[in-house]
Amino acid sequence: MTTTTKKSNNVQNNALKGWLAQRITAAVMAVFTLIVLLQVIFNKGAMGYDKWAGIFSSQWMKTLTFVVILGLAYHVWLGMKEIYMDYIKPVSVRLTAQMLTVVWLAGCAGWAIQVLWRV
Amino acid sequence: MSDSSHKSPRPEFRNINAFTDLTTYRMTAGAWVSILHRASGAVMFLLLPFIIWMFDKSISSEFSYAKFTALFNVGAGGFPGWFFKLIALALIWSYLHHLTAGLRHLWMDVSHKAVTKSFATSSAKATFAISWVLTAALAAKLFGLY
Repeated sequence: MTTTTKKSNNVQNNALKGWLAQRITAAVMAVFTLIVLLQVIFNKGAMGYDKWAGIFSSQWMKTLTFVVILGLAYHVWLGMKEIYMDYIKPVSVRLTAQMLTVVWLAGCAGWAIQVLWRV
Repeated sequence: MSDSSHKSPRPEFRNINAFTDLTTYRMTAGAWVSILHRASGAVMFLLLPFIIWMFDKSISSEFSYAKFTALFNVGAGGFPGWFFKLIALALIWSYLHHLTAGLRHLWMDVSHKAVTKSFATSSAKATFAISWVLTAALAAKLFGLY
């Protein structure tokens, strides 16, 4: 096997992993949406602080939401990388945008997780 | 190789103008779903701080929850409440379109029957129907019609 083939196999492998991760995180978020929606509709009482915060107060919901926040950050990273690859031609600008996006998303995920454990 | 000098050069399409060229493209329903899938994702990425801010205020305490609802009822920073409702509506549409279009993709991933040309068009139209109806229903709720 030549170096070129190895290299392109690697690129394809990474692209396949990204594609799969995008699908898996999407599925998790879709299920999460349904679970939150069902609780909004079927939990007792009018919508207000108690009912809304109550949805996220149980341990299983916290754990699920935690996973969704991490999955969301990864999903957004994969999607934004695709947009950058299509529209930003200069490598230096693209890599800078990608790097800033990683830092930004890590910060957003940290913020959301901190909020989650305040409930 | 020797032939190529006699042939007229193949046409090259570069530097497509977004205003004079892109507007002449006749986009299929699937093409619209696709570009709006990307656009809606970008909108949600740009508004991510606002989304987390809403999550923060709505869930931290009763006091912050009141602040959260006041944003949409009273407004903030000189902007009226309906302005923030419109931003929320943009997020609602973005989420619903992105979700529906994403489910369409997942369907195409698992079913060979779903990758035909006719299914591409009918499922794209269904994507618009589902996301617009749900957006309209939630918009009516958001602006207090029911």
